[in-house]
Amino acid sequence: MEIRELTCINCPMGCLLTVTMDGGEIKEISGYTCPRGRTYAEKEVTNPTRIVTSTMKVTGGKKDRVSCKTEHDIPKDKIFEVMEAINAAEAVAPVVIGEVLIANVADTGVDVVATAHAV
Amino acid sequence: MYDIIIIGAGVIGCAAARELSKYNAKILVIEKCEDVCAGTSKANSGIVHSGYDAHSGTRKARFNVEGNRMMDKVCEELDVPFQRIGSLTVCTDESQVSALFALKERGERNGVEGLRVLNRDELLKTEPHIGDGVVAALWAPTAGVICPFKLTIAFAENAAVNGVEFLFDAEVKSVFPENGIWHVKTAEQEYTAAAVVNAAGVYADVFHNMVSAHKINITPRRGDYILLDRAAGGYVRHTIFQMPTKLGKGVLVTPTVHGNTIVGPTAVDVEDREATATTAEGIDSVTQKSALSVKGLPVRQVITSFAGLRAHEDGGDFILGEPDDAPGFFDCAGIESPGLTSAPAVGAYIAGKIKEKLQLSEKEDFIPTRKDILDPKKLTIEERNELIKKEPAYGTIVCRCESVTEGEILDAIRRPVGARSLDGVKRRTRAGMGRCQAGFCSPKVMEILRRELGKDLTEITKCGGDSRIVIERTKDGEKDA
Amino acid sequence: MRKIDIVIIGGGPAGLAAAVAAYDSGVDVLILERDEQLGGILNQCIHNGFGLHTFKEELTGPEYAYRYIRQVSHRQIDIRLNTMVMDISPDRVVTAMNREEGMFQIQAKAVILAMGCRERPRGALNIPGYRPAGIFSAGTAQRLVNIEGYMPGKEVVILGSGDIGLIMARRMTLEGAKVKLVAELMPYSGGLKRNIVQCLDDFDIPLRLSHTVVDIEGKEHITAVTIAEVGADRKPIRGTEERYTCDTLLLSCGLIPENELSTAAGVTLSPITGGPVVNESLETDIEGVFACGNVLHVHDLVDYVSEEAAKAGQTAAWYVRGEFSRDRGREIALKAEDGVRYTVPATLDPNRIEDKLTVRFRVGDVYKDAYVSVYFDDARITHKKKRVIAPGEMEQIILTRKQLDEYPDLRTITIKVERE
Repeated sequence: MEIRELTCINCPMGCLLTVTMDGGEIKEISGYTCPRGRTYAEKEVTNPTRIVTSTMKVTGGKKDRVSCKTEHDIPKDKIFEVMEAINAAEAVAPVVIGEVLIANVADTGVDVVATAHAV
Repeated sequence: MYDIIIIGAGVIGCAAARELSKYNAKILVIEKCEDVCAGTSKANSGIVHSGYDAHSGTRKARFNVEGNRMMDKVCEELDVPFQRIGSLTVCTDESQVSALFALKERGERNGVEGLRVLNRDELLKTEPHIGDGVVAALWAPTAGVICPFKLTIAFAENAAVNGVEFLFDAEVKSVFPENGIWHVKTAEQEYTAAAVVNAAGVYADVFHNMVSAHKINITPRRGDYILLDRAAGGYVRHTIFQMPTKLGKGVLVTPTVHGNTIVGPTAVDVEDREATATTAEGIDSVTQKSALSVKGLPVRQVITSFAGLRAHEDGGDFILGEPDDAPGFFDCAGIESPGLTSAPAVGAYIAGKIKEKLQLSEKEDFIPTRKDILDPKKLTIEERNELIKKEPAYGTIVCRCESVTEGEILDAIRRPVGARSLDGVKRRTRAGMGRCQAGFCSPKVMEILRRELGKDLTEITKCGGDSRIVIERTKDGEKDA
Repeated sequence: MRKIDIVIIGGGPAGLAAAVAAYDSGVDVLILERDEQLGGILNQCIHNGFGLHTFKEELTGPEYAYRYIRQVSHRQIDIRLNTMVMDISPDRVVTAMNREEGMFQIQAKAVILAMGCRERPRGALNIPGYRPAGIFSAGTAQRLVNIEGYMPGKEVVILGSGDIGLIMARRMTLEGAKVKLVAELMPYSGGLKRNIVQCLDDFDIPLRLSHTVVDIEGKEHITAVTIAEVGADRKPIRGTEERYTCDTLLLSCGLIPENELSTAAGVTLSPITGGPVVNESLETDIEGVFACGNVLHVHDLVDYVSEEAAKAGQTAAWYVRGEFSRDRGREIALKAEDGVRYTVPATLDPNRIEDKLTVRFRVGDVYKDAYVSVYFDDARITHKKKRVIAPGEMEQIILTRKQLDEYPDLRTITIKVERE
C-alpha cells in the first residue's frame, strides 16, 4: 500500500487529498470536498500531466529568443526531457505565433509551438 | 614617473586632483573601485555644514567654515546642485537651551555667520512638523544640501579635462620612499611620483602607517540611513539636527538637493572597513530617533536604506599634510563629517602645500568650468524638441521614476571619467534612484552599457568587481558571442 | 494641438481591451505605449494559465495579448509605441514623448489610465544587510530570463510567494537553476494554489510560511541570505535563523499601482488600493479621466482586467458622446467593512447602470466557511456562504439595477465578511 498526499489546485481551499494506492490501483481517495477534487486526485496519481512553457533560441532575427510551449499537456515525468529538447533546438526567424517548432517532442506525441512572433 | 599620485578617488582625492590640475604637473589618481565616489563619499548625509559643531581651533572647524564659503563658487564653476537651505539644531529640553547658546557662540568663534536661536513659535512658522517636545533651535542660514556624487564626479571630470589621469580597479598594496622618490605598488604594477596624497578614506591609516612612525588609527564608524520617496518631499524644508542628549547623538532629517528626504545616521564602530551592511536595529533606531525632532514623518515612504562608513581617527580631527618623517607624503586622513563640506578647502590646502614643495607653476590653459549632464527637464518643450531632433536618444525615457532619457545616460558613459556600471550611471544621472529602485530601467541601462562599452551583457556590473547582474545566457549556458 | 476623443495611457491588457471597446462604441482612440510592442507585462509572462474565463482555453501571456493586439490592428486603432507619457493635466492635455515626434501634446476628450503596476522594491521592504548585485524583483528577473535570454544566477532564494515569485521558481528551475526555497512573511501564500503545486511542489521547492529574510551577505555579489521565522507581529524570532548560500535573491512582495500620472492629473487615490477612487463608470474624481486594470487595483487574473477595461472603454466612449448624464441624480457610497479591504467602484449612481454592476473587492485575511454579505443601508440583501476567501483572490458581487431601483432612498451599500 502506498499513500500519496496532494494539494487540490481547483480552488483556493487547497484541500489536502490523500490517495491510497495498491500497485498502481487507487484504493481510496479522501480529503476532497467536491467532485472536482476527486477527479483531480485520480488524474494526479495515475497520469499527471503539465504544459511546459519556455523560450527557444532563434537565429536570423532581431530577437534571439522566442517563447514557446507544448501545445498540449505532456506527462509530468517528461518535463525535463522536453526542456532538453527545447534547449537544444533552434528556430529560424521569422517565427509566427502557433508555428510548430518541434514536432512530437521527446516522443510525447505533442508538438512544441511558438507562443509569439519573432521577426 | 608622475609628479603626484593621489590614492583614492573619493571627494577629497578628487578635490585635491582638481586643485592640483591647475598646475603644470603629471598627476595620477589610483582608486581600488571601478569608479569615483565609491566609498564614504557616496553614502553620507549630503550636507554642507555651517561650521558651529567643531571645537574652535580644530582643523575640522577651520576647513568646515572655509569649505562652506567656497561651495557657491565651486558649484557654479562645476555645475553641481547645491542649495543653501539652512539648518536647525533643535533641542527638546529647556535645560539644554543654554547649551544651544553655547553652540551659537562657538559657531561665531569659528566664523559662522547669521546664527540665531529661534523659540518654538518662530520655529513652527518655518517648520510646521517640528516635534512636540522641541523648545528651541539654532538657526544656521549658511548650511545647505549638496549632491555628494555630483560634487565628487564634477571634481574628477574637471581634473581629467585638465590632464589628470585616473586608474580604476587598482588597489594600492604598498607605498614606500626610495632615494627621495615615492613608490606606489598595486597588485599589477608599480608607479613612482615625487609626492603622494593619501586620500584613502577608511584606509588612510593603513597607508600613513606604512610610511610614518607616528601611528594613527582609523575606526570605521557605520551610519545607517533611510531615504524617502520624493512624494514625501517638502515635509521638512531645512536640515534638522538634534542636540546630543544623554541618550546619545541624534539623527538628522533633511531634504536632499533632489527633493527626497533623508533620515540618519546611526553611529556604530565596526572593524571591517567594508562593512556597509545595514541592520534592522539601525534602521529602527533612525526611524525612532527622528520622531524627536520631526513628528509624523512618512517613514512608510522609504525607498531605500543604506549605510556609510565614516573614517574616525582616534584624535578626532582631520590629519592633513606631511608627517615630519615622511616628506612628500601628504595625508588627508580622518576625514569624517564635516568632510564633504571641507573638501574644496582641504583640496586647495593640500594642493597649496604640494605646489610649494614641488615648486609647481600655474597652468595657463586651465579650464575652470565643467558642465553637468544636460537635464532635459529644465528645457522648454521647444528646446527639448530641438534637442531630440539633433539627438533622438533624448526622446527615449529609460528611467521612468526619475524621467531620465537615453541621451543623458549616453552622456554619462561618454564623458571623461565616464560611467561603466549601473551604479555609475545611477550616480551621474539618477537613473534607478527613484521609487522602483531600478526594477524597470536596469535591463535597459545594462543594454546601453553593453552597447557603449562593447562588452557582453554578462560583463556588465552593478558596481564593478564581481557585481555582475546576469551570469550566462539561457539555453546551454553558452556565452553570448 | 491635436484633438482625440480618447487617449489610452498604456498598451497592456487593460489598454488594449479598453481601446477595442471604446472604438466599437464609435469614438476615435489613440493608445500610447512606452514599450516597443503592445501587450505590456504579458509579453514576459510566457507561462500558461491566462484566458480561461475569456476564451475558455489556457493561453500563455503573449498568446493572450496577441488575441487583443489582433483586435486592435483589425480596427486600425491608432497606436504610438516607444512613447512615454510625461504628464496629464486636469483638463486632459496629454504630454508625451518619443524619438520621432519629440515632445507633443494632445487634447483628449477622455483619458483612460491603463499604466498597470510595479513591484515593491527591496528598499521599501527594509531588508537589512549589504546591497550587492544579484537582488531582483521577480518581474525584473522574469524579463531578463524570458525576454533578454539571460540567467541572473544559479542558486536562488525567493522572498514572497506572490504568483510572479512562484512562476519564477519554476522558470529558473527549468532553466537549470537550483531554487532553494521560497520564504513568505505571511502565514499563508498570496499565490494561487495551482502555482504552489505546479511551480513548487512539482520541483520539491520548499515554501516556508511565516519566514522572512533578515540578512543579506556579499559585498559585491550576493553570497548568502539568512532567513528567520516571524511571530504573529511579523517580527523575526531570535534563534530561528537559517543561512542559505545563494547567488540570486528574488523578491515577490507585492505590487503597487503605478499612479504618478494620475496624481499629476489631480486624481484622488485610495490609500488601500493605491489606485484611483472611481465610480460605477470607472471614472475618477477628475471628469473625463477613467481608470482600469492594475493601475486601478491589482488584479489576480488578467481576464478580469480585460473585462473591467472593456467597461472603462465603453463608459469613456459614452462620456465622449455625451450619452452619460452629468447630472448625478444620487450617489450611493460603497463601504468595505469587517474583513473587506476595499471595493471598486467606491460609489455608484443607479441611473448610470444598465442592468447590472460588478463590484470587485479583496479581503484582508483567509476566511473559511464565512459569508459575504451585502447590506443596503441596514437591510441585508445577500448573504452568501463561501468555503474560502483569501487575500490573494479578487472577489466580486453583482448588483442589479432592479435591486437598486427597489430602494429609492438607499444611501450606503456595505460589503462585509460575516462569520454567520
